[in-house]
Amino acid sequence: MKLQFVLALLVTTAALIVTPVTFAADITGAGATFPYPIYAKWADAYKKQTGVRMNYQSIGSGGGIKQIKAKTVDFGASDKPLTLEELEVNGLTQFPTVLGGVVPVINLDGVKQGQIRITGTVLADIFLGKIKRWNDPAIAGLNTGIDLPASNITVVHRADGSGTTFLFTDYLSKVSPEWKDKVGADTSVAWPVGTGGKGNEGVANFVKQIKNSIGYVEAAYVKQSKMNYVQLQNHDGIYVIPTEDSFKAAAANTQWDKAPGFYEILTNKPGENSWPITGATFILMHKSQEKPIQASAVLKFFEWAYAHGDEMALELDYIPLPDSVIKLIEDSWEANIKGKDGKAIISVKH
Amino acid sequence: MSKIHFTAKLKRQLLFDRIFHKVTWFFTFVVFALLAALIGSLIIGSMPAIKTFGFDLLFSADWNPVTEKFGALVPIVGTLVTSFIALLIGIPVSFGIALFLTELSPPWLRRPLGTAIELLAGIPSIIYGMWGLFVFAPLFAQYIQPWLQNSLGQVPGISFLFEGSFMGIGMLTAGIILAIMVIPFIASVIRDVFEIVPSMLKESAYAFGATTWEVIWYVVLPYTKIGVVGAIMLGLGRALGETMAVTFVIGNAHQLHASLFMPGNSIASALANEFTEADGELYTSALIELGLILFFITFVVLTFSKILLLQLKKREGTTA
Repeated sequence: MKLQFVLALLVTTAALIVTPVTFAADITGAGATFPYPIYAKWADAYKKQTGVRMNYQSIGSGGGIKQIKAKTVDFGASDKPLTLEELEVNGLTQFPTVLGGVVPVINLDGVKQGQIRITGTVLADIFLGKIKRWNDPAIAGLNTGIDLPASNITVVHRADGSGTTFLFTDYLSKVSPEWKDKVGADTSVAWPVGTGGKGNEGVANFVKQIKNSIGYVEAAYVKQSKMNYVQLQNHDGIYVIPTEDSFKAAAANTQWDKAPGFYEILTNKPGENSWPITGATFILMHKSQEKPIQASAVLKFFEWAYAHGDEMALELDYIPLPDSVIKLIEDSWEANIKGKDGKAIISVKH
Repeated sequence: MSKIHFTAKLKRQLLFDRIFHKVTWFFTFVVFALLAALIGSLIIGSMPAIKTFGFDLLFSADWNPVTEKFGALVPIVGTLVTSFIALLIGIPVSFGIALFLTELSPPWLRRPLGTAIELLAGIPSIIYGMWGLFVFAPLFAQYIQPWLQNSLGQVPGISFLFEGSFMGIGMLTAGIILAIMVIPFIASVIRDVFEIVPSMLKESAYAFGATTWEVIWYVVLPYTKIGVVGAIMLGLGRALGETMAVTFVIGNAHQLHASLFMPGNSIASALANEFTEADGELYTSALIELGLILFFITFVVLTFSKILLLQLKKREGTTA
């Protein structure tokens, strides 16, 4: 495999050498599918303003991590942050770009949108297959006055590996020791029960088609597909609904300055308005840059995006990072990303 | 003068012949080289998984990316079961279609019907998948699954196959969608081989007073059995490797259920779903080994069909 990869690489490089290089400052990135729409939109607007083209391939977080390790792209993108150790081993640094929320969605006749209340442990028990019916005392006890059917719950999860799954299972691991013990948190896990849909669209579709089902999707899909969601009890014990404000509250209640390597998963954050399943998507870059011009072009792009991209992000249902966090990120660039000569690639003035 | 001219021409032709021979030889060699390279890279890629799990991978139903324990039993069973369902439904239907087109249909209907079937064979598989998910699955859940559970689900011995709630997706749906996809392939090939049966043979049989069925069974089928087996194998090959359509409707769950109403997984759809986000060497390697297993299954099926054909040929002429 490795040999073939090298061969393929050689062929591509040869092809690149033969074709005259016209845009030296074109930047390339690859990885997570979740932020693809906003990266594409930013890239489009950035190209119009500066003429610099940003090519982003949404090949999935796993692929993005592989590509940046192999240095075939200028930056990688992942929905799941790498741990400090992983970053260290590969000489990488990471920073978040935008936030999103994950929402449990249901298909239950005779229930209004956001009417059903659920706690984290109940949610975990449903996905563990321990709570099998909608009128189980554990659910009914939280929803007095609502007539719940005695029908079986069909669980729908992602079939493909996904950052959405990572956030969801990370949340369940935090609220349910049994989930942590039996299943754990990752981009794909061994689901005890349920049916798998491909992508957010797949899950949204199965939930819409199968009566008495429950699944989880990226917040944007709830809006687009007009799905029925639940109220979820957050860390402070308050039931919240998934809105822009509740995602922002989770971000505001996160102490980014105390998270080395921005390793922050925004699940089960304190704060009375915080939506408990929120998360950021990340950019990965090499600490020591062989091509400082490319690296500086990448960082300038994200500097521009942080400064001018909030509006575009909100249009596409992403939540921009708080300004204080952006300052931290831009300072981290200066400290972490350096050329061969040991000098910082970029220094952002605030 | 003309003699010299003639030898020169002959020489030139011989040279062309030789070049042509080498070129075709090279093309054939490329196919072998590709095949060897494919197998080689699959084996090398799956080495970490083979070393870690050995043969356990084939018999374990545990597929856990978190603990990095991988067993391929669920996708292997899913692939075989859905393909079996596809052939179970597909073979009789295709046989009927071919029979109707060659023997029973009024001549003016043959061409449009034949073209329609060829068109069906040309539809990209993702279209079948989308149709299966958006159109077929809801109808299946609402009407056919309850009916199946009330009829076949009451038959002792096979009732376990039809248990569970009506989701519309699952192993049975995947098998049926696959059947719909392989029918045009099998039917059009069987029709083509049925058509090459010399009409003199058939007419002689009719002259003896044979019925249409007897002509088909005793004349057409023995004459075309190699082609028919080939057609079925072509269909099976497509069913085994089909990816997108199955991914849409199989339910993509790494769980082993006896009931066909429950979700399962196939090798091809597990690969399609999980390859992009598979991080970690062992996970990727286990997926590559799944690919190797699929390759192996296809190889066994092909070998089996070749042996079957040889056996059929050997018996030729000995039995009526």
